[in-house]
Amino acid sequence: MNTIIKADNLSRDFIVGDETVHALRGVNFTIKEGEFVTIMGTSGSGKSTLLNLLGCLDTPTTGDYYLDGVSVRSMDKNERATLRNRKIGFVFQSYNLLPKTTAIENVELPLFYNPKVSQKERESRAIEALKAVGLGDRLNHKSNQMSGGQMQRVAIARALVNDPVLILADEATGNLDSKTSMEILSLFQSLHREGRTIVFVTHNPELSEYSSRTIKLKDGRIIEDVENKNYRR
Amino acid sequence: MNYRNLIKISFKALMNNKFRGFLTMLGIIIGVASVIAMLAIGQGSKSSIRSQISDMGSNLIMIQPGNGQFGGVRQSAGSMQTLKMEDYKRVANEAQHISHSTPIVSSSGQVIYGANNAPTSITGANTEYLDIRTYKVERGEMFTDEDLKSSKKVCVVGATVVKNLFTNGEDPLGKVIRFNKTPFKIIGILEARGYNAMGMDQDDIIIAPFTTIQKRILSITYINSIFASAVSEELSEAATESISSIIRENHNLREGEEDDFNVRSQEELTSMLSSTTDIMTILLACIAGISLLVGGIGIMNIMYVSVTERTREIGLRMSIGAKGRHILLQFLIEAIIISVTGGVIGVILGIGSAAMIKFVIGWPVQVQLFSVILSFLVCTVTGVFFGWYPAKKASGLDPIEAIRYE
Repeated sequence: MNTIIKADNLSRDFIVGDETVHALRGVNFTIKEGEFVTIMGTSGSGKSTLLNLLGCLDTPTTGDYYLDGVSVRSMDKNERATLRNRKIGFVFQSYNLLPKTTAIENVELPLFYNPKVSQKERESRAIEALKAVGLGDRLNHKSNQMSGGQMQRVAIARALVNDPVLILADEATGNLDSKTSMEILSLFQSLHREGRTIVFVTHNPELSEYSSRTIKLKDGRIIEDVENKNYRR
Repeated sequence: MNYRNLIKISFKALMNNKFRGFLTMLGIIIGVASVIAMLAIGQGSKSSIRSQISDMGSNLIMIQPGNGQFGGVRQSAGSMQTLKMEDYKRVANEAQHISHSTPIVSSSGQVIYGANNAPTSITGANTEYLDIRTYKVERGEMFTDEDLKSSKKVCVVGATVVKNLFTNGEDPLGKVIRFNKTPFKIIGILEARGYNAMGMDQDDIIIAPFTTIQKRILSITYINSIFASAVSEELSEAATESISSIIRENHNLREGEEDDFNVRSQEELTSMLSSTTDIMTILLACIAGISLLVGGIGIMNIMYVSVTERTREIGLRMSIGAKGRHILLQFLIEAIIISVTGGVIGVILGIGSAAMIKFVIGWPVQVQLFSVILSFLVCTVTGVFFGWYPAKKASGLDPIEAIRYE
């Protein structure tokens, strides 16, 4: 199994006024291909900071982060943008779909920023991704005509469309009711079964039962890193 | 990322806010339309003045005595006798870039036919006078060089003279009228022309051979003025210079000595009369230009609002792989689409309203290609200029903060 994520003594400091805030204080872990990892922690634990680093939106103060074997630390903004475009699929808490825009167009969006993908391929891949999340019959529905669960499915399809090595979900069920949350979680699980690598960041301890591994953060450090041998499928 | 994709994205974003986009465009539309319409009105009135002046004659050049001093006393132009036949002959033979020329002598007085009389003036000239002043003989014919040689008492008259003297509908051709007791036989009638730009009746005219007027009425040896036609409008200045130097030489004027005559071309008259219009045109165009500027600021304003409003969209685009310049271009293209579309509509509206002004109010209006290109260019530049700052702001956003922006 390939190593998708390697966090090597990751630290991230923020300077707020005169003070230095240590959001992450040396975090080490690796995530292999096909794992479904929940990163858990209360607010202020550093999980958002870790998410930003894992998502190549930010660079560590010290330490290094390897995504799919590539060191991210020395990359500039544009290189990281390209890396995100090719290797990462983001799923956000508040969906972040474009308003008044159809499901297909929303899902196509990452491919717009990849010059190698033709318009034809873009469309077929978007349809494929939407079918994969069970929205094959709602291709041309606009974002404002959909329910929360459907919108999140579109967002997941958008995360899948560039065939990423890593899917990063940030509180992806936070805006949904418990029934819809379950549906979304089982969608993630089925993606996991297909061999996708998923990192799910949440503050909700219940959700860890659904993943294959849980990393708990507190005050910028890992306090627990366990495999869930018998997670709920 | 190719540009077609970016244009598609920008266009889509605009279509999501059609009404707002239209309102933003309105500033540009009004600006461009008013620039075009104002310049069209200015140009129209300028060329109408020009055409009225060129009605006076084709590229007319007038040479009159002037600045003459007699014993230290400045004389009025009319009373001066410095222009001689010799001057005319040399001008006619030697001056460059002129097609026609004639000496002019004139006298005013009372013209009488039967029981009717009217005050008017009689102009003595040669046969080329008609070409110079672009008069046409409607009936009958112009006097000939033979008539000039023999100082024959014949004349060609304008419509006003006919109207004043022949009140009972008689045919004036062949009739003899008397001007200050001298009889003249009418051999031709001129086509009516109406009033000129200065309010002078161009049909109140009697033209006779200048020899007849000079010898039989005025008994003078000098001439009052010389009229000439330049070959073309462009050459009229060169012709004026050529004439000046010939007359100076003929009058034995030394270097530094004042001219004792005036040479005026239509060009001077045109620029004199159109200077007011020029100022008005500039003024109108400035006001219109300001409205274009305000329209541009409108674009900037809306683009700023749009960037703030779409901060999360920008954050999302960046997280899924858009680079700073993609975002910059997206917003810049939006601004350019607004300004260019507004420009196109403005051009159409400007030309349309110019046509309306012509049609409804009847003002002379002339849309110039240059003003269309200029205002279109200005509005495109405005779009880029005012779109740049908001676009720059958008491209500089931090994706981490932008994606969580509330």
